[in-house]
Amino acid sequence: MTMAERFALSRWTIKVAILIACMAVPLVVQSNYAMRVIIYIYLYIVLALGLNVVMGFTGLLNIGHAAFYAMGAYTTAILMTGYGLSFWWTVPIGMGLGVLMGLAIGFPTLRLRDDYLAMVTLGFGQIVYIVANNWMSLTRGPRGIPAIPAPTFELFDWRFVIDNYTRYYYLILFFVALTIFACVRVRDSRVGLAWMAIREDEDVAAVMGIHLGFYKTLAFAFSAALGALAGSFFSVFQSFVSPNSFTILESVVIVTIPILGGLGSIPGTIVGAVLMIGLPEVFRSASEYRMVAVGAFMVLMMILKPEGLFGKKLFQTTYKV
Amino acid sequence: MFWQQLVNWINLGAMYALLAIGYTMVYGIVKLINFAHGEIFMAGAFFTWWFMTTFSIPFPVASLMGIMLATLLGVGIERIAYRPLKDAPRFAVVISVLGMSIFLQNMARIVWGAEFQVFEIDFGIPPLLIGSVIIPFKKIFILVTSLILMVALSLFVTKTYLGKAMRATAADREAAEMMGISSNAVIVLTFVVGSSLGAVAGILYAINYNSIDPFMGFNAGMKAFAAAVLGGIGNIYGAMLGGLLLGFFEGAGAAYISSLYRDAVAFAILILALIFRPEGLLGEFKSGEKLKAR
Repeated sequence: MTMAERFALSRWTIKVAILIACMAVPLVVQSNYAMRVIIYIYLYIVLALGLNVVMGFTGLLNIGHAAFYAMGAYTTAILMTGYGLSFWWTVPIGMGLGVLMGLAIGFPTLRLRDDYLAMVTLGFGQIVYIVANNWMSLTRGPRGIPAIPAPTFELFDWRFVIDNYTRYYYLILFFVALTIFACVRVRDSRVGLAWMAIREDEDVAAVMGIHLGFYKTLAFAFSAALGALAGSFFSVFQSFVSPNSFTILESVVIVTIPILGGLGSIPGTIVGAVLMIGLPEVFRSASEYRMVAVGAFMVLMMILKPEGLFGKKLFQTTYKV
Repeated sequence: MFWQQLVNWINLGAMYALLAIGYTMVYGIVKLINFAHGEIFMAGAFFTWWFMTTFSIPFPVASLMGIMLATLLGVGIERIAYRPLKDAPRFAVVISVLGMSIFLQNMARIVWGAEFQVFEIDFGIPPLLIGSVIIPFKKIFILVTSLILMVALSLFVTKTYLGKAMRATAADREAAEMMGISSNAVIVLTFVVGSSLGAVAGILYAINYNSIDPFMGFNAGMKAFAAAVLGGIGNIYGAMLGGLLLGFFEGAGAAYISSLYRDAVAFAILILALIFRPEGLLGEFKSGEKLKAR
């Protein structure tokens, strides 16, 4: 066995070990509250990994990720309550609509970078929030959509309802695994390389024959699909959606996760989600200070360690003239 | 009815214009959007209200103190969130300033509470009547104050040495430094001028709507930014024009289309402006800038 093979084997065993450990969590954790927190952490891993595609891989700021999240959540909520569709149909439909929304935000912003892009995506997120709040006939506005049914598997006579925390845990674990798989595969593909080339230097990437418009829009579409996936899960898990779950502050919290972990790093983003979502739960008594801490954290992180916990020093050389 | 509304729209536009000037000035010098500008707007109104209610200081003094404190805050933002990142990638600065904005918003929420507070100034002057149009004195006060400040600002920028230094730094920072202009000092000056105008805009806004809340700066700030882009970012007259136009569009949109979506008008204008005329109505790209398209 060569070194490389041994290394590859050890990486596989680590991965399988982590997966088994994750599968065993519901057996160990007994309290419903802890399960709920863990499920939320997983949910935010999906959200943050989706955002990481745009921010980390492609280097485009998006401070409106909650818009995609809302798209998935509302699609599932409306189709399940209003039209009696199965959850499993609403997920791909929500992701499809999310992709359309990603194209809608990706396309007009092709020429923008950094601060402009941040401002426009912020505005876009706000528009989605305003629409969700005011389109009474579709979203019921601020009253929200209650009584979203639990997802069920039905095969002839056999019926399996996902209705307790353990079952929801396995569902979100499946989504997380799917997301990580998709992100890793796309990162190591030509598309991922093109994204990273754009991140490092747009002009050089364009000269190398990378179609900037196509790949940037693709990044937004991919990111949006993952955001919508998380939204669909949120909808059935919470069994209630209202515009308040999709505010600008929500987007900002999502943005801080890949920043903390290190932009572009998948393990970093996962650790970031554990810290950003898990820690506030530990310090619940100080919950009103949460957003203050998030803001201060963003400033300090950028001054002291802009590459995050796991990130590489990405942007050091590119921007200095 | 139309004339009555037009007065309101112009009023709104004047406030947006004052706020947009702050964005545009800072952008002109440091080439970055000051995301925390909306918080200065909020702080100006809140400090004034705080001095008036807690210490019962009369409005003219309280507002001056409020403007001064908000201006200090603006300078503090520059010190903490911008200056340490002067050579950092723009990405990092955007995130740090955005963090600053979130921090200040929520700090204000903790200190003053999340509820709306009543902000009422009684000028004791009867409303003006032109035909059937009633113009309350506060609207005249807002309009006149905004106009005076805009004229004063353009005189300051075009006629004084400090203004000249600012324009020089905006045009080419390195060349300006070689001419002996301290760019740090100019940046601070820009934040001082921009922040004080933003604080005034906040106070005027509070006078107009009689209420303030910790998140008032967020939407207003985004709208003013849209106004600055519409007019041409970096251009002070563009910001004034953009602000007035935005006030008009927003008011007309709310009156004739749907008032539920009045907050979405500004964002729609922002996106349209960026697609069709990213340099704005009065702005122009410097040579070579178009390629990067910021």
